[in-house]
Amino acid sequence: MLLIHCPYCEQDLPELEFAYAGEAHIARPADPSKLTDEEWRDFLFIRTNPKGVHFERWRHVNGCARFFNAVRETVGDKFLATYRADEPRPDISSLTGDAK
Amino acid sequence: MTATTDPGVTVTELPPPTRITLRVADPTGQPLPTRIGAIEGCALCLGPDEWLLEGDAAADLVAGLPGPYSAVEVSDREITYLLEGPAVLDLLATGCPRDLASMPVGAGARTVYDTAQVVLVREANDRFRLTVWRSFAPHVRALFDIAMREIAAGL
Repeated sequence: MLLIHCPYCEQDLPELEFAYAGEAHIARPADPSKLTDEEWRDFLFIRTNPKGVHFERWRHVNGCARFFNAVRETVGDKFLATYRADEPRPDISSLTGDAK
Repeated sequence: MTATTDPGVTVTELPPPTRITLRVADPTGQPLPTRIGAIEGCALCLGPDEWLLEGDAAADLVAGLPGPYSAVEVSDREITYLLEGPAVLDLLATGCPRDLASMPVGAGARTVYDTAQVVLVREANDRFRLTVWRSFAPHVRALFDIAMREIAAGL
């Protein structure tokens, strides 16, 4: 079973307690009414879907119920880091260096 | 494997205590545990801003809070089972993915038992209290009965 580190519970807990919640760091446009239809479509639906390091949101729904962010390597399904929702995006090169 | 009729664990439904779910945005300086999973008095810390209060002292604790807070009485929302016996970890391992052997006595957690969300409190090495929403309770109880037969049969 995959263990995920919850940054609020500060424990490694089983994946079954968590729910995936889409890509992280998607900023809502400040003034949505000024956007063209294409820009609004991109905000709503277009995601990076990378092969490799992915920043994503998770929720510890069967636990502390908090949303947090995670850095996951999508090929090997390895979690490189998890951090609280209000923390800035960590530096990728330092994380992948640790992983290898 | 030796066949035996004693599963080594009992499941008892407890009468519902007063249960209050409490949300406080900033618990600093208030009589509430702040580490998730910790129990202080009648309060179990479920999340950074969420507590489950159980027992007769719950209403007094809420009345003494300086506020602001949100407190909702949910006594009838859930059913509590007392799981007791030397095989209690085997019983819970049939549906709960958490490593409960490493859970300290006197701690609690919200987790999952076969997709039903439950709140577990470890009262002693071989005694847990499991609180589950009442609509899920028959499902969880039926799984316990199957698991107890399996444990008794030495599976």
